[in-house]
Amino acid sequence: MSVNRPNAGSASEETAAPPPVPGTGDTTPAPDQEDHGRGILKSIATGSSLVAILAVVLSIILGGLLIALTDEDVAAASTYFFSRPGDTLLAAWEAASGAYAALFQGAVFNPGADSLGLMFRPLTETLTVATPLILAGLGVAVAFRAGLFNIGAQGQIILGAMFAGWIGFSWHLPFGLHLLFVVLAGFVGGALWGVIPGLLKARTGAHEVIVTIMLNYIAIYLVGFLLTTPSFQNPGSSNPISPRLDDTAVFPQILGPQFRLHLGFLVAIAATYGVWWLLNRSTVGFELRAVGANPFAARTAGISVTKGYVVVMMLAGGLAGLAGVAQVAGTERVLTSGIAASFGFDAITVALLGRSHPWGVFFAGVLFGAFRAGGVQMQTLTGTPIDIVLVVQSLIVLFIAAPPLVKAIFRIDQKKTAKARKGSKNQLVSGGAA
Amino acid sequence: MSIAATVTDPGVAGPSTRNWKAPIGFGVGALIALFVFAIGGPAATAVFRVSDDSDRFRLADIALPANVVGWVVAVALIAIAVYAFLQVRGGRGINRWAGIAYAVLFVVGFLTWVVGIADRPSISLAGLVAGSVTLAIPLIFGSLSGVLCERVGVVNIAIEGQLLSGAFAAAVAASVSGNAYVGLIAAAFAGVLVSLVLAIFSIKYLVNQIIVGVVLNVLVSGLTGFLASTLLSRDSATFNSPPGLPEVRIPLLADIPIIGPILFQQSIVGYFMYAAVIVIWIGLYRTKWGLRVRAVGEHPQAADTMGIKVNATRFWNVLLGGAVAGFGGAFFTLVSVSSFTRDMTAGQGYIALAALIFGRWNPIGAFFAALLFGFATNLRFVLSIIGTDVPSQFLAMLPYIVTILAVAGLVGRSRPPAAGGIPYVKE
Repeated sequence: MSVNRPNAGSASEETAAPPPVPGTGDTTPAPDQEDHGRGILKSIATGSSLVAILAVVLSIILGGLLIALTDEDVAAASTYFFSRPGDTLLAAWEAASGAYAALFQGAVFNPGADSLGLMFRPLTETLTVATPLILAGLGVAVAFRAGLFNIGAQGQIILGAMFAGWIGFSWHLPFGLHLLFVVLAGFVGGALWGVIPGLLKARTGAHEVIVTIMLNYIAIYLVGFLLTTPSFQNPGSSNPISPRLDDTAVFPQILGPQFRLHLGFLVAIAATYGVWWLLNRSTVGFELRAVGANPFAARTAGISVTKGYVVVMMLAGGLAGLAGVAQVAGTERVLTSGIAASFGFDAITVALLGRSHPWGVFFAGVLFGAFRAGGVQMQTLTGTPIDIVLVVQSLIVLFIAAPPLVKAIFRIDQKKTAKARKGSKNQLVSGGAA
Repeated sequence: MSIAATVTDPGVAGPSTRNWKAPIGFGVGALIALFVFAIGGPAATAVFRVSDDSDRFRLADIALPANVVGWVVAVALIAIAVYAFLQVRGGRGINRWAGIAYAVLFVVGFLTWVVGIADRPSISLAGLVAGSVTLAIPLIFGSLSGVLCERVGVVNIAIEGQLLSGAFAAAVAASVSGNAYVGLIAAAFAGVLVSLVLAIFSIKYLVNQIIVGVVLNVLVSGLTGFLASTLLSRDSATFNSPPGLPEVRIPLLADIPIIGPILFQQSIVGYFMYAAVIVIWIGLYRTKWGLRVRAVGEHPQAADTMGIKVNATRFWNVLLGGAVAGFGGAFFTLVSVSSFTRDMTAGQGYIALAALIFGRWNPIGAFFAALLFGFATNLRFVLSIIGTDVPSQFLAMLPYIVTILAVAGLVGRSRPPAAGGIPYVKE
């Protein structure tokens, strides 16, 4: 087999998505980016986008039910349910719709703001939160494509933020150059933490899931320790917090000072394009996908599987490290031990929802960013705990992973589904043997 | 049967190609011991208290001069490293006991050193050991759940979710009923519920098992967090004040120094933990059921040919695993703390997963691996009390670093069940 550039058509699709398990849910390929329009049309026709939309709708409905069931007004009205059932239903509707309206207001558009620009401030918040999600999600996704399960994004974000932050507050360089070094340092820090499981997997066969989980904990304690040392701790502070990054070291805010949206978002767009190009247009990307689809076949074809593991984990760690840069040089501007929040774990769901396709990850990141930004507003306005966002997110991923279930719930073409499932299995087999 | 033979083969003896990992690892450890424990050894005397004043039988304290112990340990470790080097050079395998002796000596050297440099160089050995076992209990239940699922070929990342759901259900059920034992049963059911989703999605819908597991953890975290901040916080007297499980002390036996408290002075969850380890080990390796389970996990096609219902076996085992982990989750709310707080399992499910792999998918191995994690966590608490210069973060990192080294092959390559993670579709 010659290692040609793969054409971006359906042939490249069977290597898509997480570790190659038949029927992972890849019943139909997601639209590929080359011929956007045709791909989307094709995928609507074959039901993949339909399933995705239905999965989102179903999850939002279930989340709404949960909100309604635990609402106090609903509980009060339900005590006289049998005399006036309408009251209970009305209260339930108000609880759920009120929460979602607040979420929308916090995530997309706030009609109560003073100016038109400020009305769209929530949307910029969504994109700000989405930035680290997209970058770390890409890190998880590329590892998936090579058949590796990278749970270590959390630790990689921390290391990226640590390296970038240190350059940002202890070096003093001119504008532009400083930021460049910060970004590079973040990439290197993440890559360093990512390449450890890659190397261990390649050299000793150590399971990457375990190694990345362990490295997450080590990273948390490492940054916690460093923030108590003089070279990292803010002088005069007894808290584990670093000095502020220099003004030359932070991402400029691209829409002015009222909006937190920073240049990091453009970095995320560029990274998405870069990963897409790498996976679908470069020889390295083809080899990585071949390793992910079937390591044995890849080895037979002369592709070095061990090298693939090392390269992809370095890249995955680097991307997650960039998410750390977005945090430390974009939104936070100081290094704390909680710099990674829960982005590293959310990134896994983002990658799953995006089916490990770069642009899929991008939109999944924006969607989850919206949930997160809106969830804060929802909690403030209606008292609905932000945890509901986690519930809805995980339900979406579960439903999208099991199209037959969604189709069964909405009673759409069962036969076609079975056929598609069989088809995708054959595709996988042929993809592996190719 | 060949399947049984391959499963029980520990695989310690290296292949014919010379494997230098062990001697190198031993050598590095011996050098650390030489420079830190021996040359850097403090002149103090480390005291390990065996008995407390209130004990019925009192034994004398063990007082060790730290620098002498440091030198003895360092020399012994160097000797073992040299032995390993010679064995590998001669193309021979390394005796397993050499590795165990090495580990024990290293721990003794480390403990003596770390206690010796503390401000008050005296710790209670009984307290250290008993605390380690207590901290390890949920880990052990979690990794037993992993053993049950993975031996049958279903990767269980959802241990965290099972523990958390168990903790939540135990708190609510015990509070509402006013009976801690009802809470225990509810915890097991909650674990089964999480397992049910894992089983249905991975076995019926053939969704990647790791994906389902990760998503389930998020789902359970969100769901219990949501309910905790709505229902539970609104009326915590009714929903979130479970009665605790009492400590059951077996008279006389519990008075045995050191091992008495850990074996005979536990809550009922602790006794169940010992029972579960033994029962699951016997079940897996000494019964027909266990043989079938392992066959399904290693070679489902062959098992199917022999008339074993592969997917049914997987389904029931996954549910059983959920029950075990859920039961262990009850430890958090009925034994350890007396109310549910969001995300209170704090990643212990993932540590249980590591213990499972460290313990090579074997109940007894997982038990000792979980004890190691419990020991490391407890040591950190104990050392922070006696006041030490070692940054607590480094002590906290220790078990994770040890796990990476172990998984990377110092103790021999661990091999998961061959069919793990692969759905079985009947041809």
